[in-house]
Amino acid sequence: MTQYMILIYEDEASYENASPELLGEVMQAHNDFSAQVEQHGAKIVGGEALQPTGTATSLRAGSDVTDGPFVETKEALGGFYVIDAPDLDTALAVAKLCPARFGGVEVRPVMTFD
Amino acid sequence: MTDEPASAVAAAVADAHRREWAFVLAATVRVTRDLDVAEECAQDAFAAALTDWRTNGVPARPGAWLTTAAKRRALNVLRHRGVERRHLPLLVEDDVVPGPGEALDDGPAGAQLPDDRLRLIVTCCHPALDRTAQVALTLRLMCGLSTAEVARAFLVSEPTMAARITRAKKKIAVARIPYRVPSAEELPERVDAVLGVVHLLFTTGHTTPSGDELVRRDLVERSIELARMLRRLLPEDPAVAGLLALLLLTDARRETRTGPGGRLLLLEEQDRARWDRGAIAEGVDLVREALRARPPTRYALQAAIAAVHAETPSWDDTDWREIVALYDVLTRLWPSPVVALNRAVAVGFARGAAEGLAALDGLSAEPQLAGYGYLPAARGSFLRRLGRTAEAREAYAEALLLTENAVEREFLAGRLRELDPDPT
Repeated sequence: MTQYMILIYEDEASYENASPELLGEVMQAHNDFSAQVEQHGAKIVGGEALQPTGTATSLRAGSDVTDGPFVETKEALGGFYVIDAPDLDTALAVAKLCPARFGGVEVRPVMTFD
Repeated sequence: MTDEPASAVAAAVADAHRREWAFVLAATVRVTRDLDVAEECAQDAFAAALTDWRTNGVPARPGAWLTTAAKRRALNVLRHRGVERRHLPLLVEDDVVPGPGEALDDGPAGAQLPDDRLRLIVTCCHPALDRTAQVALTLRLMCGLSTAEVARAFLVSEPTMAARITRAKKKIAVARIPYRVPSAEELPERVDAVLGVVHLLFTTGHTTPSGDELVRRDLVERSIELARMLRRLLPEDPAVAGLLALLLLTDARRETRTGPGGRLLLLEEQDRARWDRGAIAEGVDLVREALRARPPTRYALQAAIAAVHAETPSWDDTDWREIVALYDVLTRLWPSPVVALNRAVAVGFARGAAEGLAALDGLSAEPQLAGYGYLPAARGSFLRRLGRTAEAREAYAEALLLTENAVEREFLAGRLRELDPDPT
């Protein structure tokens, strides 16, 4: 098994203006996703949702503390899952199910140290 | 045991390299589970053949001999590396496939495990790799081309191509792209990616983007060999039949595409008596088979269009209404600006230059066609036929700015000279 991180990038503005119904739908979508992962031969081993980039503070080597995310982008990292999967095809099948209606996801293998 | 002459052995090894490289490598990868090690072992096996076959003669089944030699070498390498490496196979495989301990005497094509090359090519063309990486890996691993040869084919420097191949192999290993024949469910999509690579190799070779020769022969031949191999591996697949048909029917015109001095000859000017009748007959049979699938695949329709030309005795006899009808189906199933452009050209022949020009005008705003030299070239041709000389000149001049291929440039420059109102 290899661990993969599924990084969720979405447009934050869409969430700022979202109705409670929409937020409820997104929450439900994540619950449904979690329930489906094992059917694909993978397992969720971690995951978090992050507060918006407005709450971020960045520290770049050799310069001051700055208010805001490390890189300003329209679609910002808003959360992640870490899954165990036998290969990339499985990880991609799982990532395809991952809710990200206002953006998309990136799949990265997690480095291992022997 | 008579000593074989060195030249005969070298020719036999070169021939085996051409025919059996992918088979030998694909079988060896299943032992090493590492592309680099498998490549080294396969190369060593071909090198060993050069001396062994001189003494012992060329074996009846060179592919089997080479596969056995490469796998034996791979097992030795694995033994030297110790157990810890085997706990971390770089490539992931199906559990059902025999591992390193399997028998060493698998034969070449058509023997016990005909799927190995399919595993290798779908791995090379995995959707998680970008198209340039897919193409480079396919030439390197399936066709056995050296990095220098792959670099030359795509007009980039050898270090650039080496870096591209290394990155792709590293991604396969680290991200664990599986070495597996996809499930029946995934197979059509994955085969489509493979066919896209083979088609790109063919079109790159058929009209090279730049350079002095219209056709880069080696890429064309390699792409046809790959299509033939896929046809043997997937005999029921209509998209594969369609692609092989398209390549054969297009390549059948090869000898007649340039005239004396390398001048570009249009379909209209080509000597049809010199078209390759064998390739056309084979292509037409494949088209008939491919068109039985409903809905027809993109390649089957493109091949059907090529077949109409191939079977028509002269330019004047061309059934342009049939060709427009085929383009209509193609546009409906696979809408693309390039298909729309080709359809517009066919409309110009079926219904007259004015209608063709009108169909082209609808395409000038297509972002995908900005920078595509065939659009102004087609406009120039219709404007010329309508006697609108000044506009035709402008269109040909624009097309000339958009191609680097020397043969095409000479053709366009010739058109401009003919239309010059004030020749000096």
